[in-house]
Amino acid sequence: MAAGTMLDTVSMAAADEHAAQEFSTVVEAHRPQIFRFLLASTRDPDLAETLTQDCFLKAHRNWASFRGESSAMTWLMRIAINLQKDHWRNRRMQFWRQTRTNAVDVDEASDWLPSGESSAEQRLLAKERVAQVWRAVKGLSERQRTVFLLRHVEELELGEIARVTGLSEGTVKAHLSRALARVRTELGGKR
Amino acid sequence: MNFEREHEETREQRAMERTQERVEFQDAAIESAIENFRRSVRAWSEAELSHARAVQTAIRHRSWRLAMGWALGCALVMGGASGVLLERRHQAEQARIKTLQDAEHRRQVAAQRVKDADEELAKVNSDVARDVPSAMEPLAQLMGEDESQ
Repeated sequence: MAAGTMLDTVSMAAADEHAAQEFSTVVEAHRPQIFRFLLASTRDPDLAETLTQDCFLKAHRNWASFRGESSAMTWLMRIAINLQKDHWRNRRMQFWRQTRTNAVDVDEASDWLPSGESSAEQRLLAKERVAQVWRAVKGLSERQRTVFLLRHVEELELGEIARVTGLSEGTVKAHLSRALARVRTELGGKR
Repeated sequence: MNFEREHEETREQRAMERTQERVEFQDAAIESAIENFRRSVRAWSEAELSHARAVQTAIRHRSWRLAMGWALGCALVMGGASGVLLERRHQAEQARIKTLQDAEHRRQVAAQRVKDADEELAKVNSDVARDVPSAMEPLAQLMGEDESQ
């Protein structure tokens, strides 16, 4: 009887260790993508880092309940989107607190352009275009921005975006179309 | 076989989505701008992730500054509160001393008044005693005269 209990304990410890290793692999594989999405959404590196950590903390707590019905990425992205929503909701509720954020200005954000342009002029033009897209993204509603970033930065398929956001594919398409219209207007110099 | 068909369908679906988007983009300029935007976000994110240690240090510095701010704030509030308390205690002590002094003063004034009244009475007694002749004085004179004879 005692031997049986001991075997149970050993097998449970082994299972725990296996789960921990599995989770560690998931963190390593998906942390950059989650951080990138949150950074693009908030334009605040500190906030993105905090929300990424919160996301993996929440995922770790609920790792046992993750049944693998969706991919780990979809599950993690859903947690990240919900955390981001909660964060903005809390900020709106705590309006008496300081309203200043550490969000980077859109012009500063557009400085991060990899040197792929041939001339300085082209590079400057590309930077200006990126700043315009940032401005358009900034002006989008929370849902439109999320859909736009998932499509054009994370390059998720429409079905995946629908699963991550909990919206229907039709709604995702509609949000994406509106977001693109906004980007087009911004790039077209507000005709 | 099933897997291959699913794969083919997914590929077709993706191709259709891309075509639809290309129609929406209408021109290459938007596509190029969004492509640059994607590269920009990725470069920024990679740079931030590679500087994670620096960010953490900055956060730690900020936390330290926040803690210092809180400590100084608490010290100021405590100082202010204890100052107010001390001031109130001082005022109460002053009021108590003043009350005692007033009572002492009143007591002294009352004692002085009693003393003055006593002295006045004694003086009156003395004056009265000096003005009124003694009832035995004539007899004492007579006795003096008899002895001389």
